[in-house]
Amino acid sequence: MQVLSPKDYRYVLGALCMILHSLSAVSGTIQVGSGFPFASVRKALEVSIDGDTILVHSGTYKEGNIIIDKSISFVGVDWPVLDGQLKYEVLSIKADHVLVTGFVVRDSGHASLDDPGGIKIYDSRYVHIINNRLINNFFGIYLQYSQHCIVRDNIIRASGTEEQQIGNGIHCWKSDSLQIIANSISGHRDGIYFEFVHGSIIWRNISFDNIRYGLHFMFSDNDAYITNLFRGNGAGVAVMFTKNVKMFNNTFEDNWGDAAHGLLLKEISDSYIFNNRFIRNTSGIYMEGTNRIIVEKNSFKDNGWGMKIQASCMDNTIRDNNFMRNTFDISTNGSLVLNTFNDNYWDKYEGYDLDKDNVGDVPYRPLSLFSVLVEQNPPTMLLYRSFIVTLLDRSEKMIPTLTPDNFIDDRPLMHAIPL
Amino acid sequence: MIEIRQVSKHFGRFEVLKSVSLTCEAGQCIALIGPNGCGKTTLIKSILGMVLPSSGSIYFQGKDIARDFMYRHHIGYMPQKGRYPDNMTIGQVIDMIKDIRSSDDTLDEQLITDFGLDEILDKRMRTLSGGTTQKVSASLAFLFNPQVLILDEPTAGLDPLAAEILKDKIIAENKRGKLIFITSHLLSELDDLVTHVVMMQEGEIRFNMPTALLKEQTGTNSLARAITHVLKQDHVQ
Amino acid sequence: MFNKIQRFIVLDILKNRVVLAYTLLLAVLSWSVFSLEDDSNKGVLTLLNIVLLTTPLVSIIFTTIYLYNSAEFIELLLSQPIRRSKIWTGLFLGLFFSLALSFIIGAGIPILLFVPGHVALILLVMGVLITAVFVALGFLCGIMSRDKARGIGISILLWLFFALLFDGLVLFLLFQFSDYPIEKAMVGVAALNPIDLARIFIILQLDVSAMLGYTGAIFKDFFGTGVGTAIGFALLCLWVILPYLLSRRMFIRKDL
Repeated sequence: MQVLSPKDYRYVLGALCMILHSLSAVSGTIQVGSGFPFASVRKALEVSIDGDTILVHSGTYKEGNIIIDKSISFVGVDWPVLDGQLKYEVLSIKADHVLVTGFVVRDSGHASLDDPGGIKIYDSRYVHIINNRLINNFFGIYLQYSQHCIVRDNIIRASGTEEQQIGNGIHCWKSDSLQIIANSISGHRDGIYFEFVHGSIIWRNISFDNIRYGLHFMFSDNDAYITNLFRGNGAGVAVMFTKNVKMFNNTFEDNWGDAAHGLLLKEISDSYIFNNRFIRNTSGIYMEGTNRIIVEKNSFKDNGWGMKIQASCMDNTIRDNNFMRNTFDISTNGSLVLNTFNDNYWDKYEGYDLDKDNVGDVPYRPLSLFSVLVEQNPPTMLLYRSFIVTLLDRSEKMIPTLTPDNFIDDRPLMHAIPL
Repeated sequence: MIEIRQVSKHFGRFEVLKSVSLTCEAGQCIALIGPNGCGKTTLIKSILGMVLPSSGSIYFQGKDIARDFMYRHHIGYMPQKGRYPDNMTIGQVIDMIKDIRSSDDTLDEQLITDFGLDEILDKRMRTLSGGTTQKVSASLAFLFNPQVLILDEPTAGLDPLAAEILKDKIIAENKRGKLIFITSHLLSELDDLVTHVVMMQEGEIRFNMPTALLKEQTGTNSLARAITHVLKQDHVQ
Repeated sequence: MFNKIQRFIVLDILKNRVVLAYTLLLAVLSWSVFSLEDDSNKGVLTLLNIVLLTTPLVSIIFTTIYLYNSAEFIELLLSQPIRRSKIWTGLFLGLFFSLALSFIIGAGIPILLFVPGHVALILLVMGVLITAVFVALGFLCGIMSRDKARGIGISILLWLFFALLFDGLVLFLLFQFSDYPIEKAMVGVAALNPIDLARIFIILQLDVSAMLGYTGAIFKDFFGTGVGTAIGFALLCLWVILPYLLSRRMFIRKDL
């Protein structure tokens, strides 16, 4: 019987070393389970001291709210189940240097005022939540006023249907230096929620089929999210009221719906969107009040709108992207254009390249007349793909009258960039 | 056999037939003559049910033809200018009409062989000359042994030989007791065919009498002269 | 008995050069669209424009011309012991079958090969229905005027109206009354144009249908539901039946 996988063992060891180092006390191992010294997790916790390891063996433990207030390693063996019976917050962590791994945490209390979570971390540092399964909790993993915590390899599932009746998968509030890595989250309100979280990274997570946002990101500066997959969330991903965010190599796909966007940017500045894929979204990126961001080497495919850029956006640079098979590549509600488009590939471009430098000799206007009409008067969409619209778009391309003059890519590429 | 009772027809304000009455019996061969636009074709089409009279009625064997179509089983019609689906062959057209009528009567295919149509059955209607098309029309009119034959300018466009064949056929059928209507401008052609002459003018029947009587009254020995005589009399009056 | 007339007319039309050219045109367009577009959904959208433009045009004009050219043939049929209504029905079904067959051979085969599942089916059904609608309208044009040139003129105008002018009018209304909640009314207005109905139907089968939802859920809510589909389908059928019945009524009362 393997108590810990080698991978987990490394972390256990790391945590133990730290604990040992800081406490300079001898640590012991406490076994919990039927046929072991302790039958109750609570009892084991009561007798434990900082630096101990509690091994919980398989079985279902219905002990209400379990509070860890000592720096211990709390390790599940063969997936013991901590059951909140839909009444309690299951696991509360109120100490630094805690490791929680190998548990199935399920059925926390729902919808009460104090936001019960499957695992909730209060004002703590160096807490590691690794390789757990969180099932049908109100909030999955909840961090508040915490620093230097790692949430990794957890599977978080719920089956919420209404925004008000379910919390978020991983909820981080007023924290910093967090690492959210390789978790899989679905069925919550927001998959991952960041508010007032700084200097943190979100890496290699999969967030899908959540009711509202795959990732909801507010007032959280200097963060990065890299190589995540956001798919089929009610409203896509929202990044709001934030500066200096890096968004690299993420995939935003299948976010269709009246108010769904691949990526919603609102009041964002000085950020960098690089090498992401936006596929089959109502709009790939929706920008509002967005300043000085760079959108580079992204791929926009099969979206309703590739990018919707509201008039409140300034000094953004959109370069070296591929726009392919979108119904509308770009749309805007303003007439003043303060953003730059350069070196993008547009599959609707019909120009030529006589000097063979892979840059079209004729500038491209990515804004179609019809997209302007739809923006002004949404029901016009009724005429989508009708002959008159095709005709209007053609004539507008030849003699622009209604679309802004300077909405133009002067260097449209002839071939798609390999991304 | 056919009784036309006070049939009037107007197209808009223009009166084409003014209370026309006419009775025709089996065995008669009636020449329907008159200047262009006198209402000949309208009268024929009324009998065929193509033109619906504004007032009056037409009886076929004692039955009103309005809202009936079965009586047309007994009528063979040869239009002035027959046109058929371009891409069908002569054979297909004949088969189609046979099919549509699905008549149990013995078919009279004499004209088809006499005109030599049986040798060109696979020719498309589009490629036929006006004369050959007329031969097809004539053959179809006689094909089902109808009791009444209505022939609108039957010899127009036919070569003399074919015209002769057709005339012989008309005479033969008439002798077998069939009622035959012919409209024609060529009075000389009708001479040895017709038993009665109906002359129309401005939508009215000017006169209707047996050919023999007409010739006797006018003291002439040909139909053409007799008609000219009548017209001259009119002029003098 | 009308089955025979119908059969002969189908035989006649299928050998017609215009119809052969139409079949070929549809085939060339569809095959090239599907081999150029790597995504079948976009292929469907491109084909949609072609189908909604050429099919009505060819159907209405060909029908009208065919009726005028068959005037004497119709006369011949009239002199035979057949009910007038049967002649008209035979002509209609004959024209509809042959043009629908052209569509199915020309566009249907590539559609079935390249487009998956129910989208292909809807596209086919809509193509056939649009053919029926415009054959019926062609019958109306053919009976309305004795003058061939005028009849053809009317048919071209009707096509132009439904393919282009009507949508122009809708666009005008949308902007004229943009301050009012006119989405619901617009659904009704769209139902007045069979081409628009068919277009919306097909778009609703595709991923881009979400675009309709985005701009006012009413379109998707109405046409996307079972009831909406049934109503839309019934409306399209009405577009076949009403013009046809009207033309038949006129034919029965017509002097030929």
